[in-house]
Amino acid sequence: MIIKLENINYVYNPNTPFEKKALDNISLNINEGDFIGLIGHTGSGKSTLVQHLNGLMKPTSGKVIVDGVDINSKDANLKEVRQKVGLVFQYPEHQLFEETVYKDIAFGPKNLGLERDEVHRRVKKAMELVELDFETLKDRSPFELSGGQKRRVAIAGVLAMKPKVLILDEPTAGLDPRGRDEILGRLETLYQEGITIILVSHSMEDIAKLVNRIVVMHRGKIAMEDKTREIFKEAEKLAELGLGIPQITSFMKEYKSKGNQIEDTVLTVEEAKDELINYLRRKGNA
Amino acid sequence: MVDEMIRIENVTYEYSSIGEDSQLMAIKDVNISIDKGEYLVILGHNGSGKSTLAKLMNGLLLPTRGNVYVNNMNTKDEDKIWNIRETAGMVFQNPDNQIVATIVEEDVAFGPENQGVPPLEIRERVDEALRIVEMEEYKKHAPHLLSGGQKQRVAIAGILAMKPECIILDEPTAMLDPTGRIEIINTIRKLNKEEKKTIIHITHFMDEAVEADRILVMEQGEIVMEGSPREIFSQVEKVKNLGLDVPQVTELAYELRREGFNVPVDILTIEELVKAL
Amino acid sequence: MLKDITIGQYFPGDTFVHKLDPRIKIIIIIMFITSLFFIKTFPPYLLILAFILFSIWLSKVPFKYVLKGLKPLMIIIGITFVINVLLTKGEVLFEIGPLTITKEGLSQAVFMALRLIFLITGTSLLTLTTSPISLTDGIEKLLSPFKRVGLPAHELAMMMTIALRFIPTLLEETDKIMKAQMARGADFESGNIINRAKNLVPLLVPLFINAFRRADELAIAMEARCYRGGEHRTRLNELKLKKQDIFAIILMSIFFGFIIINRYTGFI
Repeated sequence: MIIKLENINYVYNPNTPFEKKALDNISLNINEGDFIGLIGHTGSGKSTLVQHLNGLMKPTSGKVIVDGVDINSKDANLKEVRQKVGLVFQYPEHQLFEETVYKDIAFGPKNLGLERDEVHRRVKKAMELVELDFETLKDRSPFELSGGQKRRVAIAGVLAMKPKVLILDEPTAGLDPRGRDEILGRLETLYQEGITIILVSHSMEDIAKLVNRIVVMHRGKIAMEDKTREIFKEAEKLAELGLGIPQITSFMKEYKSKGNQIEDTVLTVEEAKDELINYLRRKGNA
Repeated sequence: MVDEMIRIENVTYEYSSIGEDSQLMAIKDVNISIDKGEYLVILGHNGSGKSTLAKLMNGLLLPTRGNVYVNNMNTKDEDKIWNIRETAGMVFQNPDNQIVATIVEEDVAFGPENQGVPPLEIRERVDEALRIVEMEEYKKHAPHLLSGGQKQRVAIAGILAMKPECIILDEPTAMLDPTGRIEIINTIRKLNKEEKKTIIHITHFMDEAVEADRILVMEQGEIVMEGSPREIFSQVEKVKNLGLDVPQVTELAYELRREGFNVPVDILTIEELVKAL
Repeated sequence: MLKDITIGQYFPGDTFVHKLDPRIKIIIIIMFITSLFFIKTFPPYLLILAFILFSIWLSKVPFKYVLKGLKPLMIIIGITFVINVLLTKGEVLFEIGPLTITKEGLSQAVFMALRLIFLITGTSLLTLTTSPISLTDGIEKLLSPFKRVGLPAHELAMMMTIALRFIPTLLEETDKIMKAQMARGADFESGNIINRAKNLVPLLVPLFINAFRRADELAIAMEARCYRGGEHRTRLNELKLKKQDIFAIILMSIFFGFIIINRYTGFI
């Protein structure tokens, strides 16, 4: 396992009237090859949790172990941790600062103290991974690109660190459907490249399409944790936590409840279509 | 015509991009007529010209060619510009960047203060506006401590307090979480149904368009589709090619139909599809 | 870390002090500060102390809260104290190596430190009991007679309001950009001064770009809300002097007068 959280607690403004427990005894294992969806409504502790995974925040108590090392111990090298665990914040394009796309993406690798050739290779590879054309875009200013392109430059900036784990906080927020599909499509490729991914998202449709495991946060605790299909079976429990399920899953449940013998745990329109075609043909023949 | 809120006549809007000599056309020869009391949704992906169109509707931008009329006032008429902005209020995407004051009620008062409304009436308008968006209990709060949806409702109240007949919302939900989006959509519906405001809602979320009276779809500065939600969404292929979504059940119905099943093309909700099957 | 700054923070309340007209409060504070500089001996400080304690009690702001405002300025107070102790000549009390400490020095140091403490608690009491908005309103109104000589009173007040509105937003943003760059291996904490300054580029550039973007959007939003400068503008809460305002200013004038007279007569 690549990241292990042991009894993490985090308290904001301890010993003041504004004291607030943001993380409440969180234990979680993240394995190599996981594609985790982290869901929960705003204020449930998702953002606080992900910032613990690369040492940007330190737990009030508990341990964060990355690749066998307790990252908050004295001899831990935080730079190395942040290289291994890449974190893409919400609206990452708001952090672009260099004159050219190339320089901006090279910022991370340069901070790692890599040689010029290696930096160059990494920038090129990172741009390939997010489908930005190296030759035409490398010398452009990041600020004159489209919204979706800017965001991909920002993601490439983290990918150029060659992280083992990539965490993305709402990577599609504010994008239109086309921009969203571009980013989500890239995530699939990255996953196939062998990167472990943690996706924080509010869109159940996106989560259902992509991830294989879901962690549900509620009031600083892990409320549910299971395979994607298992989680979306529990529509009522999710509703109690203020969360929904994909519209298509909802439809299949509704249709089944009307006495139709179908498998209702579908996650995508494709799956629903196959299931319904089978069912309707069977029914037609009978 | 008495019943017309906004009329856009052969409007073209060009702008020059930095470092380029050529003029870029953001809006190309568009004609739209919006009725009083209508709930209009303008769909389109980023860069389709929908935000430019919004800014043309209350004189924040002036057309390069053609005319825009708000309540029969031409937006090019400098004497009428404040009248026009009072009539057609505008809510923007980022709630943080449209709240001016450090206390909710002070912010809501900002518009009427600019209009020169007497203090007592401002007080009434502020209370009324906050009541409509259901934020009365937060009137003494600092806006930066509110949630995204709450901030956006404060921004809407700020516009309502100016007593506009028409409210233009430019992607008001793009930066909100699902809870915030629902809050805003409910507020918009209430403004239209109960307060009888003409609504022009610009968005790229298709699920927010389902309840509109009429949808316009924009692409490259032109209106490429127009019709009721049912008429628009039944053209699944076309909508998807424009880089937009359709509801998952609509897509499923479309797919089943393609496989030869007898399913209507204009399914919008779960209930409708369950019934159809 | 950036959120710890409490200067200028408003402590909401509904007390006599909170309800005073901001103009009156600003004038009172100006008189209070002036009176501080008219005090040359220790005894009148008792009056000042009584005035401050009385005001705090009236305003119901927790005492701790007022003291918190002193914290970030402790260094300045400390430096003032040390300089006064070391540089005042007079009767030597004791010597530590090359440093001599005199009786006059010690008394002067305590005197100056107290003056600073009173100054800070007095002004922070003003900001604690006056919402930023009414504070700017007060300033705008007090400055408006100078409009005739070309002072843009309304614009200044508007700028202050917007600055106050955006300070928390920008602090939050600073925090976020810092973290995002740290996630890419940026280092804001080590190295010499030149390197540190250089390392700030990845923080400052996005911060400025975002601030400009915000300013741009805010300007459009304000225009859409019919903002066209200060003329013909009305206010939700028009400032009107009430009986208690008159009462407070009379009381303060007596206090102020007493301190001034005392300066020249040596009454206490």
